[in-house]
Amino acid sequence: MEKVLLKGNEAIAEAAIRSGCKLFFGYPITPSTEIVEYLSKNLPKAGGLVLQGEDEIASINMCHGAAATGARVMTASSSPGYSLKQEGLSNLAANELPVVIVNINRAGPGLGGLGPSQADYFQCTKGGGHGDYRLIVLAPSKAQEMYDYTMNAFDLADKYRTPVLILADGFLGQMMEPIELKERPAVELPAKDWATNGCKGRAKRKICSYALTNEVMEGYCLQWEKKFAGIQQAEQQWEEFYADDAEYLFVGYGTCGRIAKDAVLKARAMGLKVGLIRPITLWPFPEKAFAPIKNTVKGIVCVELNAGQMIEDVKLAIECKAPVVLCNRQGGMLPSENYILDAMLKNFNIAISEGV
Amino acid sequence: MEKVFGRTKGLTDVPFHYCPGCTHGIIHRLIGEVLEELDIIEDTIGVAPVGCTGFSLDFFSCDFVGAAHGRGQAVATGIKRALPDKIVFTIQGDGDIAAIGTAHAIHVAARGEKITSIMVNNALFGMTGGQMAPTTLAGQVTTTSPYGRDCAVVGTPIDLPKTIATLNGAVYVAAVSVDTPKNIMQAKKAIKKAFQVQQKGLGYALVSVLSTCPTNWGLSPVDSLKWLRENMMPVYQMGELKVAKEVEAL
Repeated sequence: MEKVLLKGNEAIAEAAIRSGCKLFFGYPITPSTEIVEYLSKNLPKAGGLVLQGEDEIASINMCHGAAATGARVMTASSSPGYSLKQEGLSNLAANELPVVIVNINRAGPGLGGLGPSQADYFQCTKGGGHGDYRLIVLAPSKAQEMYDYTMNAFDLADKYRTPVLILADGFLGQMMEPIELKERPAVELPAKDWATNGCKGRAKRKICSYALTNEVMEGYCLQWEKKFAGIQQAEQQWEEFYADDAEYLFVGYGTCGRIAKDAVLKARAMGLKVGLIRPITLWPFPEKAFAPIKNTVKGIVCVELNAGQMIEDVKLAIECKAPVVLCNRQGGMLPSENYILDAMLKNFNIAISEGV
Repeated sequence: MEKVFGRTKGLTDVPFHYCPGCTHGIIHRLIGEVLEELDIIEDTIGVAPVGCTGFSLDFFSCDFVGAAHGRGQAVATGIKRALPDKIVFTIQGDGDIAAIGTAHAIHVAARGEKITSIMVNNALFGMTGGQMAPTTLAGQVTTTSPYGRDCAVVGTPIDLPKTIATLNGAVYVAAVSVDTPKNIMQAKKAIKKAFQVQQKGLGYALVSVLSTCPTNWGLSPVDSLKWLRENMMPVYQMGELKVAKEVEAL
């Protein structure tokens, strides 16, 4: 299989082209810009189109229009720009339109900094815009996963008629790694028999989520609630690394999951039963991963690049049956494997001789 | 018996929800007739953002997409770029296109986006109950300008079509009114031309239609028409504001 050296952002862009994405609407913002640049160069060669919007709001609404016709469409941004897209995302979720969105998370709040961050976790996983909805959120931890998860994102979006988010950070976006340019997996997806593409030979269609009658609106809400509950049950994904016999556990996604793997190997070399759960879907949060270990694990270190956000979901998943502590860096800084291993040893008073 | 008048095929049989005396219905009918006459009902996708035009989804016989407030032209851009051979139009109020949607209004014109926009200008936010819009006239009383629009504080009304006409990508810009039978005929001509411009792929076309809002103006339907003539027409430049060379031949 073809193997090439690509930046994480470029891997997302290449996967989008190979997923049949024909339209990209975006606006440049560091550290996500390589996505729009790569697509500007390569999407036209594949018969597609990149249109740079006047702003992030225009870009997400252009995605809205394109998705309404049944086309595969994507946009990408970074934290401050992602904030501007929230109105559009709420409308995409309400109108049940499949769009793939990328947020290359940079430090915040405010204008923030350009370094890697996970400070948008709440915004990305709890809705973000107004109203009661969720995005499916996929969190890659290396360039290959930027590629693979993007392909999966398009299929999930079409399967559920819902916007799907790839959430990564500037570290993953900018880092070059060899990746296999896998072909798009064959997946059976529902027909887009709802698309507004001209009513020749059929009844007119409308795509709208607006209701001025409360009874009608409640009906819509119940429909969305059922759909999101179904996704929550069916689509939880995670990676386990030495987790089955672990007494102590790291939980980290994206870059943190990657760093935690090194910490786990160091701990195992010391004879400590340490493992990792790396959430792949941040929503739905992989609570199923915690069910088998919640009565046996002695302590959990949640590794995050924020002031502690995913830790709330970890505590809920473990039903507070084990202590969960936060180990974090912020503002674009990354923890080392020693830093997070020390946090585990100190917080849980683990003597290194314990397991030897 | 010979049938001399009927409902246009461009409209569904859903009754309009508009207030008595509001001229929205006339504008809808004109668009519906144009869709029928150009035989493009089945090839057209309409976009309606928030406002009194937001109910258009039910009234037209073509496919329709609802958009967030002000975002209709960005949504229409996405549709047109995905389906360049289809006809795409927006119908939006002045409180939408000339306020929260201004950035998109400017940039669809700048890009020469091959869509048609119909702006319904009634000089206020109608659906939310008559608040001041950027198009509200000097001294006009609304619920958020209860002492009359004070131009020293909030500036003077924006004549959006004039601004749009300065942009190269906008090849046809007209401002019309539906206050008299004669003006209704002229309005239809302008709307038809705006769709023909798109059929030929010539560029962006905007038609602003002055419209009454008896409910929020606090006037009878007849007095509203008089008020529109006496107050709005002198402020807003009327007629064909821009007919690019390539459009002249239509």
